[in-house]
Amino acid sequence: MIERFYRSLYLIRRVEEEIAAVYPTDKIKSPVHLSIGQEAVSVGVCEALGRDDVVFGTYRSHALYLAKGGDLPKMIAELYGKLDGCAKGKGGSMHLIDVAARVMGASAVVGTTIPQAVGFAYALKLQRKDSVVVSVFGDGAVDEGVFHESLNFAALKSLPIIFVCENNLYAIHTHQLQRQKLGNICERARVHGMPAEQIPDNDVVRIYEKMNEAVGRLRSGQPGPFFFECLTYRLKEHVGPNEDFQLGYRSREEAEPWIRTDPIKQLSDRLDPQRRREIETAVEVEIRDAFAFAERSPFPQAAELYTDVFEA
Amino acid sequence: MKRELSYVEAVREATDQEMARDPSVIVFGLDVDDPKAIQGTTRGLLEKYGSERVFGTPLSEDAMTGVAIGAALAGLRPVHVHIRMDFLMLAMNQLINIAAKSRYMYGGQVQVPMVVRSMIGKSWGQGAQHSQGLYSFFMHVPGLKVVAPTTPYDAKGCLVQAIRDNDPVMYVEHRILHFQKSPVPESLYTVAPGKARITAPGSDVTLVGISHMQLECLRARIYLESAGIKAEVIDPIWLSPLDIDTIAESARKTGRLCVVDNDWVTCGASAEIIALVVERLQGIRPVLVRRMGFAPVTCPPTPPLENLYYPNSRTIAAAVYDLVTGGEKGWRPEESAELQEIQFKGPF
Repeated sequence: MIERFYRSLYLIRRVEEEIAAVYPTDKIKSPVHLSIGQEAVSVGVCEALGRDDVVFGTYRSHALYLAKGGDLPKMIAELYGKLDGCAKGKGGSMHLIDVAARVMGASAVVGTTIPQAVGFAYALKLQRKDSVVVSVFGDGAVDEGVFHESLNFAALKSLPIIFVCENNLYAIHTHQLQRQKLGNICERARVHGMPAEQIPDNDVVRIYEKMNEAVGRLRSGQPGPFFFECLTYRLKEHVGPNEDFQLGYRSREEAEPWIRTDPIKQLSDRLDPQRRREIETAVEVEIRDAFAFAERSPFPQAAELYTDVFEA
Repeated sequence: MKRELSYVEAVREATDQEMARDPSVIVFGLDVDDPKAIQGTTRGLLEKYGSERVFGTPLSEDAMTGVAIGAALAGLRPVHVHIRMDFLMLAMNQLINIAAKSRYMYGGQVQVPMVVRSMIGKSWGQGAQHSQGLYSFFMHVPGLKVVAPTTPYDAKGCLVQAIRDNDPVMYVEHRILHFQKSPVPESLYTVAPGKARITAPGSDVTLVGISHMQLECLRARIYLESAGIKAEVIDPIWLSPLDIDTIAESARKTGRLCVVDNDWVTCGASAEIIALVVERLQGIRPVLVRRMGFAPVTCPPTPPLENLYYPNSRTIAAAVYDLVTGGEKGWRPEESAELQEIQFKGPF
């Protein structure tokens, strides 16, 4: 289990480091919202899910996409704006999708995928399927009206859905407590009629265990929804490949505890060094191949501009 | 004898028959399951199909639109009902940013087969926020289909088409049209997107009437006949995709085009139709054009002002008369009792 978690965390971290490295070349034709520092949430969540379970994400969804088993070469090709991208170059980094892996979409408008996740869960319940849906969003989304409307309906209909608030403390550059008088995200969920729990420490195993228990309950037919607020920390700027501590809205000191407890470092210490190197080597090959795939892939032809507006 | 149904009954029957045919069709919205059943358009569906497939919702238009999209992504065919089109303003983010764009921005891998039914109100004090015909907002955005059927026949055929369509369809009803009756086949049929209908032939002027204004245009045509003018009346039915071929062909023949919209004219469907026809016919045939629609103000509930706010058959006839004869002749037909609007009585 630890090996699997480490592999996923390491893959996501290294993919995003490569994205950051390539970014100045302008080969990536897309704004990038990197998850570096936040990977544990996506990995902890998705390791508790099966292939048929469904996730919806945000514009910061590289980690979620990869953790759920989304196709890596197609993701990189999408960032390059290439035809072999996961959305044929028509989505970009903020609209990742992998239908086979049941990554059912990510949106650039904060909070907008929450009700779609709820609607998907409604359909699964109506269709008598035992899959579950996970809706992942940030602490900014909690400010949106649609968050409350969606949670209310999901609770009203006891839907098989788990809400995961990835709280990195900032909506772009504005701290949670500059936007919320009480900063009580879990309470906001509870008032709609669902259990809610804060997982404060960015601990991938702990997130996995909590998720696993909730998924198990839903699978056994217990009514949903469940809600988790996972505290985590974004180490890069809101959008782009760099750090942003020089902007002054947050301090490097604030980041230090999160860097000290980086789950990738923690897990790597628990692995046999030989085994760890094997995992890392395999991942590096995978990443190199993915970027090479994106480089090779053609740009879409002009005719592609007009496809996919409506059904052909 | 051909069976006649009201518009309400046609909408209800289309929904019922499609729900019976396809278990993936679900119907929800504020009050679809209450005793009034959205003017009767959803009557009996709850009893027949159960509360999982037919349900009233919290007052959460934004989220419930997202729920419809999510359900559609999962393979259902939701029909989301709004008793007023004005309420769609609460759902714009989901409609414009997600429903319209999902197929495209996800590279053609998903589809959103949903129908959004909404109603335009008029008269009996509907006022500022119960009277708006906002379909041009949706015509503007690639990825949404927009239909505004006028007759019970089209109401059924277009709704069946909209439910079966694999793209999101904005299905726009008009409260006054709910009272119309016409022959409606009992069997299932569809009215295909992107095809207008010539509802009355003529040679002097082309008169396009949208939604409720189609009725007013047909009445205006009768007034114009008495003045010796033959108007060809066209119902676009589908506003997106729009059948500009049929309208342009008629305008090429008549050389005169008046579009009467159930909306303001600025940036509206009337502006779009006329721009498309003029573009199409420039260098081929000069066309005199005229737009008519709501007065450029907020809809007032008081009858003396409300009467001035809307075009009606006589103001349309007068404007078309001027268009055909050239200049302000000041002709205005005497009101005919037979051609009076069916006035909607309250309380709602």
